[in-house]
Amino acid sequence: MGPVSTTFSRLYGRRGWIALGAFGAVLFIVIPVLVLAVPPGSTFHVSQYWVTLIGKIMCYAIVALAMDLIWGYAGILSLGHGLFFALGGYAMGMHLMRQIGREGQYQADLPDFMVFLDWKELPWHWSGSDQFWWAMLLVVAVPGLLAYVFGYFAFRSRVKGVYFSIITQALTFAAMLLFFRNETGFGGNNGFTDFKRILGFAIATPETRVALFAITGAMLIGTLLLGRYLVTSRFGRVLAAIRDAEQRVMFCGYNPVHYKLAVWTASAVLCGIAGALYVPQVGIINPSEMSPANSIEIAIWVAVGGRGTLAGAAVGAGLVNGAKSFFTQAFPEYWLFFLGLLFILVTLFLPNGVVGLADRLRGARRA
Amino acid sequence: MNGVALHATAGGGAGEGSLRRVASGDLDTAHGVVLYLDEISVSFDGFKALNKLSLAIDVGELRCVIGPNGAGKTTMMDVITGKTRPDAGKAFFGQTIDLTRMSEPEIAQAGIGRKFQKPTIFERHTVFENLELAMKADKRVRRTLFARLSSAERDRIADMLQRIRLVEVADRAAGLLSHGQKQWLEIGMLLMQEPRLLLLDEPVAGMSDEETERTAELFLSLAGKHSLVVVEHDMQFVAKIARTVTVLHEGAVIAEGSMERVQNDRRVIEVYLGR
Repeated sequence: MGPVSTTFSRLYGRRGWIALGAFGAVLFIVIPVLVLAVPPGSTFHVSQYWVTLIGKIMCYAIVALAMDLIWGYAGILSLGHGLFFALGGYAMGMHLMRQIGREGQYQADLPDFMVFLDWKELPWHWSGSDQFWWAMLLVVAVPGLLAYVFGYFAFRSRVKGVYFSIITQALTFAAMLLFFRNETGFGGNNGFTDFKRILGFAIATPETRVALFAITGAMLIGTLLLGRYLVTSRFGRVLAAIRDAEQRVMFCGYNPVHYKLAVWTASAVLCGIAGALYVPQVGIINPSEMSPANSIEIAIWVAVGGRGTLAGAAVGAGLVNGAKSFFTQAFPEYWLFFLGLLFILVTLFLPNGVVGLADRLRGARRA
Repeated sequence: MNGVALHATAGGGAGEGSLRRVASGDLDTAHGVVLYLDEISVSFDGFKALNKLSLAIDVGELRCVIGPNGAGKTTMMDVITGKTRPDAGKAFFGQTIDLTRMSEPEIAQAGIGRKFQKPTIFERHTVFENLELAMKADKRVRRTLFARLSSAERDRIADMLQRIRLVEVADRAAGLLSHGQKQWLEIGMLLMQEPRLLLLDEPVAGMSDEETERTAELFLSLAGKHSLVVVEHDMQFVAKIARTVTVLHEGAVIAEGSMERVQNDRRVIEVYLGR
């Protein structure tokens, strides 16, 4: 076996690859065909509503994977991951705003909200935003740099556990307040919306939707495989060792600061990418994405799915958000109660989440 | 590779002359001293944990450090391994490496290994993985991302498993081991680091008599190739392995010498043995 094939067989066993292949086939073949090729009258037709919903949930699943890398493996609970997601979304949103061109309400060169504020030219941080490559760079660099700088000081000062979680929560809250202000130049509480085009394609056509959906699916699978690679490498074993006995790791000669910083920054970048994929599909980004509750919800997805399992985290994001879209339509006022109850029940009875439950059932059947 | 140094046979403790110059950092022990503490003082909120403590450990020496609770034994280890910064005094590893300016990982890489009072191993990793992580290697992030075990490295882990008698449980989670086995695993992890100096805090606590016996044999076989500092309460164990004993009291050395001499020292009897 060559090194490449051993790397693949290290990531998942036969059944894992088959499951992943089936998932990919549904994402890249079945759903696109049902949306684009099957006529709208047919019972097999899948509407754009579902494409958007599943696409959105897949973005959340990427965030859950990023969260599981730092929480499940490195033992760092972030309650501010919504910030990195939103920053990626804003970077993409700025570009989409520029792509509107003169088709806005005011038919001006500037985005509508700037005309409304009576601004005469673009603020400095909008320069370059008309270029797609620049927007992509910001999607990765802004969350990455912020996470790196924040993490450098936090980890070097050995801020840990609940203190770290609280600081991340404060960080996202502060950013939310900043983005709410009109002067910051991010559209205030309305954020960005009414996008028209992406890379020249009309953003609302079924074809563009399916393309965004497929790209998100590919990113999700890519993130899962990257995560598996990381956690099955010696790097991943060092991370888990830091989680369980940081002192011993230091006295073995590893510097935990570097390891935490690496996985923390990577996690933030993944969130930024997820946010950038989310915005064109959902069609809006505003500061509420940075609200503390949003970030806490991310932790709940991972807890429900199963910490330290990767695939479980993605499944958790799917389950909770699937339930959310059902509940918020059927019983809108009860959703938050249900979410809180879910978190309590999972913590009490399913410490290893849904994946842990599945393992236990399988074990019981065998016994 | 200096893996050979690990395969000391029992009773090989006298082989100080055959010590190999290994290239671990820039450790310079030309004068025969591996660790040198000079008038180290540490205080916590006014309490003097160490009070002008001075100590020198020779290359290949096995030194036992005893003393009543609160004498400063663990604080001394903390200073040597970079966990605690001294308020005053010097701490040198060999002639040139200033320990007071280094972080814990740097000190570990320079060649000082430490075993804690309570066995600290990676409970959710397998025994094999515990040894793998401890093994001397490039421990920077980008190396561990692509690290693969070479067959020589596998052999070294296999040898160590044999040596610490954990071959049968190599693939079991380390948290499932018995207390004595955990102690041995931790010692095995230390040895995988190929340290020049080992600091062992109560290494036989909670071990059965037979395990204690075997640990004594192991330490005697390590002396010569490595330098060892053993902090221990178990007097029988100390008597078995000690050549030179240092007695700490209230953060300073009050006696040093052979076990016999120390046992007959009036002050030692007063503060420690006589109670």
